[in-house]
Amino acid sequence: MSAIRYSARTANEKRRDIISERVKSIPPSGIRKFFDLLNSMDGVISLGIGEPDFTTPWHIREYAIYSMERGHTMYTSNAGLIELRQELARHLSRLYGVEYDPQKELLITVGVSEALDIALRAIINPGDEIIIPEPTYVAYSASAILAGASVVSVPTSRANDFNVTAAEIEARVTDRTKAILLGYPNNPTGAVVSRQELIAIAEVAQRRDLIVISDEIYDRLIYDVEHTCFSSLPGVWDRTILLGGFSKAYAMTGWRVGYAAAPADILEAMFKIHQYVMMCAPTGGQRAALEALRNGEEAVQEMVQEYNRRRRVICNGFNEIGLSCFEPKGAFYAFPSIESTGMTSEEFAEALLMEEKVAVVPGTAFGASGAGHVRCCYATSLRNINEALVRIDRFVGKRAKDK
Amino acid sequence: MREILEILEKDARATPKVIAMMLALAEDEVRRTIEDLEKSKVIVKFKTVVNWEKAGEELASALIEVKVSPQRGVGFDAIAERIYRFPEARSVYLVSGTYDLQVQVVGKTMKDISRFVTEKLAPLEGVHGTVTHFLLKRYKEDGDILEDEEEVKRLPLSL
Repeated sequence: MSAIRYSARTANEKRRDIISERVKSIPPSGIRKFFDLLNSMDGVISLGIGEPDFTTPWHIREYAIYSMERGHTMYTSNAGLIELRQELARHLSRLYGVEYDPQKELLITVGVSEALDIALRAIINPGDEIIIPEPTYVAYSASAILAGASVVSVPTSRANDFNVTAAEIEARVTDRTKAILLGYPNNPTGAVVSRQELIAIAEVAQRRDLIVISDEIYDRLIYDVEHTCFSSLPGVWDRTILLGGFSKAYAMTGWRVGYAAAPADILEAMFKIHQYVMMCAPTGGQRAALEALRNGEEAVQEMVQEYNRRRRVICNGFNEIGLSCFEPKGAFYAFPSIESTGMTSEEFAEALLMEEKVAVVPGTAFGASGAGHVRCCYATSLRNINEALVRIDRFVGKRAKDK
Repeated sequence: MREILEILEKDARATPKVIAMMLALAEDEVRRTIEDLEKSKVIVKFKTVVNWEKAGEELASALIEVKVSPQRGVGFDAIAERIYRFPEARSVYLVSGTYDLQVQVVGKTMKDISRFVTEKLAPLEGVHGTVTHFLLKRYKEDGDILEDEEEVKRLPLSL
């Protein structure tokens, strides 16, 4: 075995540079080193996670197990189980009053990740620009670059609770701009853009003839405010690609099921890519998603209530420690400022991990405008949250004394 | 109030300070509400769920179906009270179906339980018959699974 590996390596050395320029142009994940460090340590409380701590509700798992016992183990239709698309159409209509034809306007995908990828590839020509508010989920710009787009970032800041405005977007629109990519409720900040501002953004999209890709994966995880579905806004249904999924609301990250909803011509183009590269989303996951839509509402409410309580505890905690934290209205992230410590977000995250064994993600992992902040996921037990707060308090206190 | 009760039902040790944070209420208000709930016996008591088997204690326990005849004026309440006053009776329910009272009895040994049933419970006036089911294994109690479950590992970092 080792001999074979050795010869493969010598062959490598002689090989020319084979990695594509496009892939090379994507920056490597800035937290890789951090990840390896974290994996080698014991007793770490991780607020660096990006998924629910709940396991999938039992009724959903049980239904999926039953479906496998009955032999539902083969491909589904490329677009996804028709029952699931029908149920999803009813769900979107009930929640947001948006209407999609399950036959032509809905596509079941392998998570929002795939949906985003094929949405971008379906609309981007080389050199097209796409406007993305920042800080942003790390896959947005990478997926856009892979699709051949040029990314135009719109930095947002604490001053406006990390909300993007229509004016900031419009200021960056050029002749080459093809689309705006929105992700609200936002990962990493937890920000939720107001309905009023979204209407203004919708007007920009119409005025400048832009597509809006709206990733609403966190739509159900929203606290004390209401979620606005972008395609439900006046005049933009036919220029919106709505992306959503089951991972966050129903604690189903590992099942890999999401969806895209879009006008038939756009969806048809996405479908073309999907059928060649993916065939269909996993069958077991689709069955589970069907059960989630039919009977999962109570579990969603319970989880949201629990997240909301943890959210208040962690934000209060940060503010008491002196790490000022604006109130995140959605998702399960708090994004406190660590500027009072005089450290950069990378220094803070690394020292906190080494000294107090608490893992947080530096804000700069999500773009330059995340500087001075760290992302803390509160999808973990209250006991962990409280212990993490004690450790962070000690860490920050020590810094204050040293100054 | 309902939310305060829900939190305490899951974790009796949740302090008024933490509850206040979780619900965005004033700490004083939470403290007062809990005191009122205790006074009015909405909160019966705060206690701990113990898995005695794990603590190495041998305990025997049985569910007993009891058929009784109700009495004029007090229905099943009088006979139920006679039974629930025995400390051996851990829970007593009036149920619909083929019998009337369901009594859970706990003792150190099966013999203790047999003795209780034959000497105390069965001879009571108004008791027509009993069926004793000894507990063989506890899986879940009061919403809590007692088995050790394998911890599910999440990736420590994801974006």
